Amino acid sequence: MDAIIDNADLYWEGFTTTLSLAVVSGALALVLGTVLGAFRVSPIPPLRLAGAWYVETVRNTPLTVVFFFTVFVMPQVGIQVPFYSSAVVALTVYTAAFVCEAVRSGVNSVGVGQAEAARSIGLTFGQSLRHIILPQAFRTVIPPLINIFIALTKNTSVAGGFFVAELFNVGRRLSNSLSDQVPWVLLGVALFYLLITIPAGVLAGWAERKAAFAR
Amino acid sequence: MRFRRSTFAAGLAVAALTLSACGGGEDEPVTEVEESPEFEAGTTMAELAEADSITIGTKFDQPLFGLRGPSGDPEGFDVEIGKLIAAELGIEPENIEWVETVSANRESFIEEGRVDIVVATYTINDARKERVDFAGPYFVAGQTLLVLEENTDINGPEDLAGKTVCTVEGSTPAENIRENFPEAELSLTDAYGNCLEPLRNGQVDAVTTDNVILSGFVDQNPGEFKIVGEPFTEEPYGIGLQKGDDAFRDFINDVLEESYENGAWAEAWEKTAGTVLETPEPPAVDRY
Repeated sequence: MDAIIDNADLYWEGFTTTLSLAVVSGALALVLGTVLGAFRVSPIPPLRLAGAWYVETVRNTPLTVVFFFTVFVMPQVGIQVPFYSSAVVALTVYTAAFVCEAVRSGVNSVGVGQAEAARSIGLTFGQSLRHIILPQAFRTVIPPLINIFIALTKNTSVAGGFFVAELFNVGRRLSNSLSDQVPWVLLGVALFYLLITIPAGVLAGWAERKAAFAR
Repeated sequence: MRFRRSTFAAGLAVAALTLSACGGGEDEPVTEVEESPEFEAGTTMAELAEADSITIGTKFDQPLFGLRGPSGDPEGFDVEIGKLIAAELGIEPENIEWVETVSANRESFIEEGRVDIVVATYTINDARKERVDFAGPYFVAGQTLLVLEENTDINGPEDLAGKTVCTVEGSTPAENIRENFPEAELSLTDAYGNCLEPLRNGQVDAVTTDNVILSGFVDQNPGEFKIVGEPFTEEPYGIGLQKGDDAFRDFINDVLEESYENGAWAEAWEKTAGTVLETPEPPAVDRY
């Protein structure tokens, strides 16, 4: 127990880094993933192809390999950013693929009649997506999106091996210096992860009830 | 778009994080393998000789000491020392199982019995003696700094204030910097090889660890890096083993002393680190 209390400041530093990685990457992935989802349901074949290609490529690449590209390979081709930003890019690119699929399944859950009705009153594809389809689709995708966010929170630990001092990295540092209290150190790390993921789950339940609507 | 080999070397280092090797090298050991040596029943030596195999933890990403290429077993001075000990137990080099031990997992791998001994640029210190015992030292290194060839503003650790230094989390060098040069900012990863690419790109200003490890990096990348300043610590490298196994520790110390006498130690050095560095005097083993 002392291990956690004595090093609360270190844990806190790691926790805030982990939280900001998760929130920033989550927000960016939500935007990128929604755009990609729109690509995948658009009437324009090249866009559909591009969306599908992105999802299949990124979704099937291990996250560590994505990190490897953003941390070691991007600087070689002249894109040099701090390690934290490399981590955000890697997590965003990776998570966006999953968001895209969630959005696509949400769009597919909206009745085809809705889209036809939108077209019959003269809305363009963009307008009907914005005003009719996506608002309904988002309600359906809240649960899978929260799942993705929880997975993302845990995935931020990969950044610990790539120079970002987040929770996992702090855990490794402490388990070295406090080799006799490793279980406590790791328990502390786990608790801080739960501090992010459990509220996310609660929020999901609330948002779902809020957005419930009759089909 | 020009990829350097180093990227892939770094990649392999990352990939190697989760791999461990077994199998055997074909090269000649520096000493003859003992024919059926005799040990007192019940000792670790007797068990290992009986099983005719030993599991040795070493680094897989440290040139000159323990470096595993794309295929096969690790090579380097630590690996040769491991083979020396195995040979005295009557174990052929091909019956050694090599396991990667990174800085952070060495004590736990010994405690859990996942490895019989660790020969992995392993600094002997009091905190570690709480958990494991050390035979040796078989070599004394010193911590120093690696910078880019053209760098002129870092000439020693006192110049690190406000600079970013890359090293491995959970290693002695990281703790040394935290304690003695708190002005320096640390970038931490899990293998020294990962530090080179950020150093090339200017994302970190220096890499710090033991001089011999850094020498390996200088040697591997001619004209890119240089070592600055005198070593500012003493790092005696020992061989980690289960705490309290005194008979085994004495045995390893005997093997080391014998190898100092009969030239096997010097030969192991010249085959590996000696291709780049001077041959030092072997240190006296510490039978604490």
